[in-house]
Amino acid sequence: MKKLGNILYVTTPEAYLSLDGENVVVKRDDTTAMRLPLHNLENIVCFNYPGVSPALMGACAERNIGLCFLRPNGRFLARVTGRQKGNLLLRKKQYELSQCESACASIATSMVLGKIANCRTVINRAIRDHALLVDVSELRATSDFLKQMLQSVQAGATVETLRGLEGNAASRYFRVFGQLVLHQREAFAFEARTRRPPQDNMNALLSFLYTLLTYEVASALETVGLDPYVGFLHADRPGRPSLALDMMEELRPVLADRLALSLVNRKQISGKGFTQKESGGVLMDDRTRKEVLVAWQKRKQEEILHPFLKERIPFGLLPHVQASLLARYVRGDLDAYPPFFWN
Amino acid sequence: MMVLITYDVNTTSEAGKRRLRLVAKQCRNFGQRVQNSVFECLVDAAQMKQLKHRLVGLIDPERDSLRFYYLGNEWRNRVEHVGTKASIDLEGPLIA
Repeated sequence: MKKLGNILYVTTPEAYLSLDGENVVVKRDDTTAMRLPLHNLENIVCFNYPGVSPALMGACAERNIGLCFLRPNGRFLARVTGRQKGNLLLRKKQYELSQCESACASIATSMVLGKIANCRTVINRAIRDHALLVDVSELRATSDFLKQMLQSVQAGATVETLRGLEGNAASRYFRVFGQLVLHQREAFAFEARTRRPPQDNMNALLSFLYTLLTYEVASALETVGLDPYVGFLHADRPGRPSLALDMMEELRPVLADRLALSLVNRKQISGKGFTQKESGGVLMDDRTRKEVLVAWQKRKQEEILHPFLKERIPFGLLPHVQASLLARYVRGDLDAYPPFFWN
Repeated sequence: MMVLITYDVNTTSEAGKRRLRLVAKQCRNFGQRVQNSVFECLVDAAQMKQLKHRLVGLIDPERDSLRFYYLGNEWRNRVEHVGTKASIDLEGPLIA
């Protein structure tokens, strides 16, 4: 099993990263703030302005270390990829499958099933653990509704109808999501999902976590040799990492939604860490962002039993495991893509 | 695994000073400097072989010495730090 590599997050706006031997050096006002050997890293995620030296970019590309730039507010800017590696035949097969309606439907069915089932788990856990704090009847109704959705998804559908079902399930799930906020209800009130820009604190937190997840899924797909831009469920659009978005669907409730709720319910972050801009968009401050990143890294080290592999893995390897399972399906080694079911 | 590497390189000659620089450079490529001639390296077995091979090739066994302390994966229980210059936990959240 692959080792879960560490990720360096650069959140100091004025930091500059350079290469020295085999080390990445984080400089601040021309003094070295941090020096790390590259072989301990798997990814570098930058929220800084001055950026990274070309030598370090090259070294990262060569060693298969992901390097990605985000705006300080978490919006994605760019990702550095080196020479295309991996298996050309695998990618050709992927493009072929993405043209084939029935193959797309089969993969998309798995992914949507995984997503709805995992959303349902999030709700069922709240019913189980906090029956006194939540509106059980409403949550139960949503959970039952999602269960029915699972059946309609399984009944076999086209990609078009799958997108509809997925959207339906998501809006129904987000209608009760606000209920799962047990503490700090005023600061983290949640009505509906808003994005570009997120309109309230909870949405800002979710958007930030989704950005982190998209990036990690995209690098995982690239690592196994798949093209993150050619999807099965999401339509092709220039510059959109459709396959990464596809694979995220099933992982969102597990890795992002649940973590957002824990951070709020455990009061690890507070409403004070968020500011509303004139445009209505909400931004996190530096301290909150660091808190979220630390929680995200810790969360990834927790272990779960993967239901398909029957192996204990850290949460953080889920994108890699799912990506390699998808690659196996594309190659024809598996009869269907097994989504991750959380229970 | 965690490996602690310490060295003593004789610097009375020019060649000795050169060896010291090269040894330090190799150690720095693989780990972090925790004290003047003390490095903590978080490496796998293959990387350790490589590093050891390079270091052994650099030193003059007549004059210099190298020590490797293999602390394994449970190294956290075996290392304690007091005072200034705390090291970075390479397996914990890395936020600069």
